[in-house]
Amino acid sequence: MLNKMMNKFRKVVAVACVAGLALTGCGNENANSTSTKGTESDTTKKLSGTISLAGSTSMEKLANALQEAFMEENPGVTVEVEYSGSSAGVESLISGSVDIGNSSRALKDSEKESGAVENIVAIDGIAVIVDKNNTVVDLTKDELISIYTGAATNWSELGGADQPIVVVGREAGSGTRGAFEELLGIEDACTYANELSSTGAVMATVAATPGAIGYVSLDVIDDSVIAVALNGVAATVENIKGGSYFLSRPFVMATKGAISEQSELVQAWFGFIQSDAGKSIVEQVGLIVND
Amino acid sequence: MIKQEMSLSKKQKGKAIVESVAKYIFTICAIASIIAVFSITFYMIQKGTPALFEVGIKEILFHTVWEPASKTEPQYGILYIILTSIVGTAMAILIGVPIGVLAAIFLSEVASDKVAALVKPVVELLAGIPSVVYGLLGIMILNPLIYQLEQKIYADSTTHQFTGGKNLLAGVLVLAIMILPTVINMTESSLRAVPVQLRAASYALGASKIQTIFHVVLPAAKSGVITAIVLGIGRAIGEAMAISFVAGNSVNAPFPFHSVRFLTTALVSEMEYSADTHREVLFTIGLVLFAFIMLINLLIGKLLKKNEKKHG
Repeated sequence: MLNKMMNKFRKVVAVACVAGLALTGCGNENANSTSTKGTESDTTKKLSGTISLAGSTSMEKLANALQEAFMEENPGVTVEVEYSGSSAGVESLISGSVDIGNSSRALKDSEKESGAVENIVAIDGIAVIVDKNNTVVDLTKDELISIYTGAATNWSELGGADQPIVVVGREAGSGTRGAFEELLGIEDACTYANELSSTGAVMATVAATPGAIGYVSLDVIDDSVIAVALNGVAATVENIKGGSYFLSRPFVMATKGAISEQSELVQAWFGFIQSDAGKSIVEQVGLIVND
Repeated sequence: MIKQEMSLSKKQKGKAIVESVAKYIFTICAIASIIAVFSITFYMIQKGTPALFEVGIKEILFHTVWEPASKTEPQYGILYIILTSIVGTAMAILIGVPIGVLAAIFLSEVASDKVAALVKPVVELLAGIPSVVYGLLGIMILNPLIYQLEQKIYADSTTHQFTGGKNLLAGVLVLAIMILPTVINMTESSLRAVPVQLRAASYALGASKIQTIFHVVLPAAKSGVITAIVLGIGRAIGEAMAISFVAGNSVNAPFPFHSVRFLTTALVSEMEYSADTHREVLFTIGLVLFAFIMLINLLIGKLLKKNEKKHG
């Protein structure tokens, strides 16, 4: 019986391994095909080929919308976007496997030294959210800092109900967390009760947990939570553009070398983002155009 | 007559080709799996060791502060993460194994065939539920309940950091349920393998059914039960998805109402956005996890061998 089970187990392992090898084989093929940058400009000046992007999951909405519109305008062009995270995206850019690396934070010095150039395509606001039943809907910068550093642990200290504060945040390395902590000047000083690895998880947890507080991109805010006003300023696009709302960050589409050194195709991509059509897409997905 | 002989040899030749081709295919498949195992091992060691030298073995394995993304002074202590995996798994075993073993006794010794035929598929279904579903149920049912308990227990505490029910206890309860099918199936089959004569002899000596179960059948199936426990440990320590949903994921010492991070969830939650040394240390965490799992696999191999010898 045991022997049989073990044999069965071994068989399953063998099959899984073969399947795994087959999959990695396919993956390699794909990588090769994406790196061929088709820039043959024929007489009619129609663009064709492939642009590959990789990086930030926070930029998914923006990248998807731009991809769709750009491919509609240039039927010969395929835009491929992969959501591997800011650091992984810039890493792929530096290693040359993609044309553009998406990053939802400013580039690090080490990344710039490796040849990545920072092109800010939009500005994102970070909203601080609490659950629907919370009576505290306006926080000062200092109050926010005291919550996230663990100095304030009960909503009653901030004029709310007698209810413990459940401090929700993102995992180390997340662009949103990096931007949030940096903007508040509390890097490495936060005491999180929950460190979640996606925007959706933060939204769901805050919506479901009485007394929870969290932070997410402004554009994902919906009715399930309350976006808190900061220093009396509501979390709106107008306020971020006006500069009165202090939690905002850049969305970067990094290239290896300046845009003018890129292939015709990539230059066209950035041209499109700066066009009126591109700008309206940036606004449609809840972001702010970088003028 | 001669014609027949010829066709026979032809047939045999065809057969021989099929035989040898099949043999090569089998060999290639076997080699592929061996290559996979060795290349994974090699890759894990190659990727996991640089950080140990760069940051220092002591600084990684025996320090408790995990601040990998710090710009001023990053710290990569994973002691709490390792301890969480050990304590969490141990607690899950403490809760899950008694339930699993008693359930297995029920299935093989107590229940009538009809009832067993009804319960067995349910247990097997439990094994087939994807771990992400356990995680979702944990978020919706377990976390709110545990948060209520937490608020009652720490009502007067000024120092406790409230986790919203996402803590070690929640992770342990989910793990305990997840290892049940493994423990039940393995224990049940080892109980069933105990010869009927042993039971008969016990009854003949005047022992009751319960006495027979606990003094004769269970000791006879001891090595099978131990194997079940070790398999359960393997399942628990390698689980990532479900506990990443319910355990809160902050790096803290493993106490029941602390938000904690396991070895697996440390990898899952930070791999996406990590860079440089941070990423290398994540690979080191992977290596530590890999070492744990290798150890458990070796143990399982030894136990299974022992079992086979015993039962012929």
